Amino acid sequence: MTAQAATTPSPWRQCVELARKDLRLELRTGEVLLVTAPFGAVALLFVPLAIGPDTPLLRQLGPGMFWVVVLLFGVLVTLRQSAADGPAQLAVLRLCGVHPGVRLAGRALANAMLLLTFQAVLAPVAIALYNPDLTGGLWLIPAMVLVAAGLAALGTVAGALAEGLAGRTILGPLLVVPVALPLLLGATQVLATARHEQAPWPWLLLMLAAIGVIALTVALVARFLEESA
Amino acid sequence: MADPVAGGHPAARLTGVDVEIERVPVLRGLDLTVAAGERLGVLGANGTGKTTLLRVLATLVAPSAGHGEVLGARLGTPACAAIAPRIALIAHEPALYPKLSLRENLHFVARLTGISPTAADDALDRVGLARAADRRAEVCSQGMRRRAELARVLFSTPSLLLLDEAHAGLDAASAGLVEAAAEQVCRRGGASVAVAHDHQRLAAMSDRVVEITAGRAVAMPREMAV
Repeated sequence: MTAQAATTPSPWRQCVELARKDLRLELRTGEVLLVTAPFGAVALLFVPLAIGPDTPLLRQLGPGMFWVVVLLFGVLVTLRQSAADGPAQLAVLRLCGVHPGVRLAGRALANAMLLLTFQAVLAPVAIALYNPDLTGGLWLIPAMVLVAAGLAALGTVAGALAEGLAGRTILGPLLVVPVALPLLLGATQVLATARHEQAPWPWLLLMLAAIGVIALTVALVARFLEESA
Repeated sequence: MADPVAGGHPAARLTGVDVEIERVPVLRGLDLTVAAGERLGVLGANGTGKTTLLRVLATLVAPSAGHGEVLGARLGTPACAAIAPRIALIAHEPALYPKLSLRENLHFVARLTGISPTAADDALDRVGLARAADRRAEVCSQGMRRRAELARVLFSTPSLLLLDEAHAGLDAASAGLVEAAAEQVCRRGGASVAVAHDHQRLAAMSDRVVEITAGRAVAMPREMAV
């Protein structure tokens, strides 16, 4: 038998390994890029079709529609089936010495990367369909990063809470959407404020504070979530 | 390798342990000691709590009453997290990610535990999966998946090996891998606990056999088990 001297990796190293595994699973299943993202694009397309060619109204609605679609479909990204660990896999992770908080952090890291990709795919579609005023558009970058981080953390908790429940995808949005409102509000106001040539720091700080609260909640409930899974 | 169960203490000791799963009592007042170096076999009808017993020994389920120690850690305390990496469980359901290859699955576990992925490759070779290592777990037979899990045991060198119907899906040639893994863990001073329905095989690979009846462990003479 191979006697390997194991040195327990740092929680960060474990977190990265877990995220890498989740991203590899996503690459194999294509749930986000091949299923959810096209549906998000279709949702963006439906509004102009329903409203008609009223360009000023579409220009005005565009940023808000983008964030609503990101928020609603982003929940599905975080709750994707390919990322769900079964009881046997959870047992192995625990026996590998992975702390429940680290497991959730790994999942959240992978979710954040996927949500950033999801937004990067949808943003050009929204620009093409709605032709919004992109004055101060660079502020979108931190807003997208913060939305990805916040939604990733929130979706991870919701996924852990709903793990093993038949109503996983129903419960997810119900848990996530109300708590995600500060993110939605912040994200929509960032561009609106930047358009008036003002720095949208208060909105970015609001989003940052929301993420802080969510992350703290994850850290506090991680052990409970693991034991109830 | 250092003695896995230090100080001559038993690998596990359960005293008056009750376990409820979804408010249904599964184990009731169970007493059980697994000595260091011992290979214990566990028999029992379906639903008697054999798998639950393994999960208790794996520190995955805390008793609702009674107390126990596994590898020196008291069950239900934070100390269990520290000894968890010294326990290997081969559960009835394979713990592999179906979309990952056998090699990717094992490398993942190796990296999480700080073991070189090369050791995982060697272990795959030893269980005869070197040529199938890059095949996704979802397209492998149950026997191949089982062998991949045994490879995980080989490179993680546990002090307590828990086997839940580990022979399921294995052909006669591969079945010996289970016995060999248990034997090697025990030779290093660890212990193994195996649950199986095949009485004869279980008796052959165990130093002692107990039967779980009405939530309790009852010693069973080897000849009766056979």
